[in-house]
Amino acid sequence: MSVRHQVTDDVLTAYATGDLPEAFNLVVASHVSLCDEARVRLETMEALGGAVLDDLSGESMSYGSFEATMRLISERPKEAIKAEVVRKSCDVLPGPLMDYVGGNLDDINWRPLGMGAKQVILKSSLEANVRLLYIPSGAAMPDHGHTGIEMTLVLQGAFIDGDERFARGDIEIANEELEHTPIADIGEDCICLAATNAPLKFSGLLPRIAQPFLRI
Amino acid sequence: MLTGTPQSEEFGAKVSPPPYVTKGEDNQTGRHSDVAVIALNDAPWVDHVRRIHADRDQRAFRELFDHFAPRVKAFLMKSGASEALAEECTQEVMATLWNKSHLFNPERASVATWIFTIARNRKIDALRKQRRPEPEDLTWGPEAEPDQADVMVLQQECSRLSAAVKSLPDKQRELIERAFFGDLSHSEIAAETGLPLGTIKSRIRLALERLRRDMK
Repeated sequence: MSVRHQVTDDVLTAYATGDLPEAFNLVVASHVSLCDEARVRLETMEALGGAVLDDLSGESMSYGSFEATMRLISERPKEAIKAEVVRKSCDVLPGPLMDYVGGNLDDINWRPLGMGAKQVILKSSLEANVRLLYIPSGAAMPDHGHTGIEMTLVLQGAFIDGDERFARGDIEIANEELEHTPIADIGEDCICLAATNAPLKFSGLLPRIAQPFLRI
Repeated sequence: MLTGTPQSEEFGAKVSPPPYVTKGEDNQTGRHSDVAVIALNDAPWVDHVRRIHADRDQRAFRELFDHFAPRVKAFLMKSGASEALAEECTQEVMATLWNKSHLFNPERASVATWIFTIARNRKIDALRKQRRPEPEDLTWGPEAEPDQADVMVLQQECSRLSAAVKSLPDKQRELIERAFFGDLSHSEIAAETGLPLGTIKSRIRLALERLRRDMK
């Protein structure tokens, strides 16, 4: 699998440290599922996280903390068994996305957007929203009104944006300053996962992510 | 509280002392002649997790707890949790560690890194009150035991990284720590600090490539 457009360092690190809104987390988790090199970069950041954790001077635990933890373990011994569920991805949707769709491609309850395009909005935290878009081959993306950061991950087919072609596994990160009209490539209908942050729920992190793009 | 005292070990070879106790002798450039010595110095805690998994060894868990719980608590507090919430979450993180000890893969991560990811996920859950979409698991085939030589090299790289973080000038260390508490722009950490992220990245890449090969 050759993914040509990977997630940027800033976004990947914010994912590794747990500082992205859920909608963006879903895009990054799906991207990493499709791109081994992004997974390598993610695990490298996590390795650094481990080193940082180990380097911290600790806060002392409450009295009886260990015993309380052992009680937690004996009260909930089933946790380990529950975690064994193995997710199997379908041909189009990576595992984390299947969790949000509640099944595979056939289970999606698409809503028409006109001109053959359709979408389904997935449930996530309010800071940002995330949707699946279905664009017929050769058609332009409908205006999906992003006012902040927009991340788009291609799951099927491809789209062309300016000189760049984005195919399965590729991620495009854009902000509102970037005027673009992505067009689904001919050959196959295009399915994308697109997340944008809701402007009224602007979280502290987003300006930092925005920074590199504002220089464009 | 006597359970916290390390005693003579009955499980034989490769029992790790608390990590970095031997830091002074553990020179980073020199090669140890004996594999067991490398295991002792460069794979801290790996055997503890094995003992927790294989033998439900409470003493190993206690030692791990005494080292990591205060650090996890500090991580959570620096990320914005109150003392009480951090205490509660840390106990849950440590309980998860016990319950999921079978999922730890020493060919892919150090114990510190694994605990970092558990703590981070708990942080998202408790502080951000969000679900955490995870990348698809790359599961090992039933026969695929981690290769001991690969485990050793990765664990050594993690120890090198850990030592490198510890020996950074205070200012740079602070910078990196703040990045992991969601408090700073994350870009180009490696470039700015000269940390040996390149080597660890190539180890992780090799492990993933092998995994992909095995899965075919």
